Amino acid sequence: MEPRRNFLAAAWEGLGELVRGFATTFIHLFRRPITEAYPEYHRPLPERSRARIILTRDPDGDERCVACYLCSGVCPVSCISMQSSQREDGRRFASWFRINFARCIYCGLCEEACPTLAIQLTPHFETCQYDILTLVAEKEDLLVDHGGKNRDYNFYRHAGVTAVGGKGEHLQEAKPVNRRSNLP
Amino acid sequence: MTAWITGCLILLLKLGIVLVGLLLLAAYLVLAERKLLARLQIRLGPNRAGPLGLMQPLADAVKLLTKEDLAPAKADRLIFLLAPAVVAATALLIFAVVPFGQDWVIGGRRIPLVVADLNVGLLYALALSSIGVYGVALGGWSSNSKYALLGGIRGAAQMISYELSLGLALVPVVMLAGSFSLVEIVAAQSRYPFLLVQPLSFLIFFVSAVAETKRIPFDLPEAENELVAGYHTEYSGMRFGLFFLGEYVTMVVMGSLVAVFFLGGWRGPWLPPLVWFFLKVLGVVFFMIWMRGTLPRLRYDQLMHLGWKLLVPLALLNIVVTGAVLLLLRA
Repeated sequence: MEPRRNFLAAAWEGLGELVRGFATTFIHLFRRPITEAYPEYHRPLPERSRARIILTRDPDGDERCVACYLCSGVCPVSCISMQSSQREDGRRFASWFRINFARCIYCGLCEEACPTLAIQLTPHFETCQYDILTLVAEKEDLLVDHGGKNRDYNFYRHAGVTAVGGKGEHLQEAKPVNRRSNLP
Repeated sequence: MTAWITGCLILLLKLGIVLVGLLLLAAYLVLAERKLLARLQIRLGPNRAGPLGLMQPLADAVKLLTKEDLAPAKADRLIFLLAPAVVAATALLIFAVVPFGQDWVIGGRRIPLVVADLNVGLLYALALSSIGVYGVALGGWSSNSKYALLGGIRGAAQMISYELSLGLALVPVVMLAGSFSLVEIVAAQSRYPFLLVQPLSFLIFFVSAVAETKRIPFDLPEAENELVAGYHTEYSGMRFGLFFLGEYVTMVVMGSLVAVFFLGGWRGPWLPPLVWFFLKVLGVVFFMIWMRGTLPRLRYDQLMHLGWKLLVPLALLNIVVTGAVLLLLRA
């Protein structure tokens, strides 16, 4: 235990600290409140903040989604469902795509799982509804006409199906190696 | 006979006005506290209900009145239902002896601006504030909940401890005024308020008064981060509202008691007496809110230490010194 100080000195010091505390809060009375009045003022949210989900398109205007089911599989609350189909040129797409936003927890795992950057989360968070069924979003509600966070990225140019181009036709892809002439 | 009837009517009218005024004041005090506290913390406070949030008390009242009135299954039902009324009623009743203005003369009839000028008004106020403890202790006990019980026990211990210094701090005031009547005490301060001659007494009374209202830094009975909500944990709806109302009425009442005993009551230059009284009460209440925005809660042992080892001895010493000085002056 520290040595007992002079009682009067301690009381005087305590009084001083008390006055300082009261002065500090009093000054705060005249400061401008830092409150952001929400519905009137929307705070600009970071681009990568996670809220309502969209399905983006590649620069050519095609849907990026290839209906691989990875988002659906990784979703911890199983709120994504879809049906895959194939176009005549071999490109896969979802014939229907459904997200139940009443169940979605906005964890962003679907976005991380997506191999084609198709599914993305946006900062738009005002999705409240009175009727819970209106929160079920279909493909046409989710599809947008832009590329979201990566507007220039085109999945098919890099790794599209061979049905579209020959082997080695894609961006940054080496030509196929002739195994006969490749031997040392 | 007609004089008796008009007297009765005037009394009833006065009662009604005081009651409604007090309740309105308490309701708007809630809003004022929330607003001020918000500004002390650089927030805005309630501003949605009506212009500047002025309809907030009304919205709160509607909400509280329409909420379900729950009682825990194993609660002591009768006491559980009555306890909030005890708190609110005693707080309201104390105001009966508080003079809030100079006597009015209307048509040759003197109307004193006090509901009842009791010759033991001071004792009456202290006694009622003691009864208020029952509301807290019984409300906490009858809820049959551990948190509420702990809150109730704390409330009883705290309020009984600080009642002592509350009463002792008033003894010098009685010695100076020579009366227990609040009207007489205000009259005795016609030359100077007792604050100037009894600053220590004022300090002790104010601290004890804040402890009696169970406000920060003495809000141990409802310490929300330890006891959920303390003695009113199990209450809902308007019964909770009554506890809340009681607390804010007690704030007004304690403010007016401080004004009457130490700040000269309704006396003051230039402005009308009623306005002076109002300003003084608001000043005390503002300080209470400011205190809430500044100080942290005391620990339980600190609370008891402050009450029994500091305030009570100081108050006793103050009585002895005041008595000696009065004796010397009058000899």
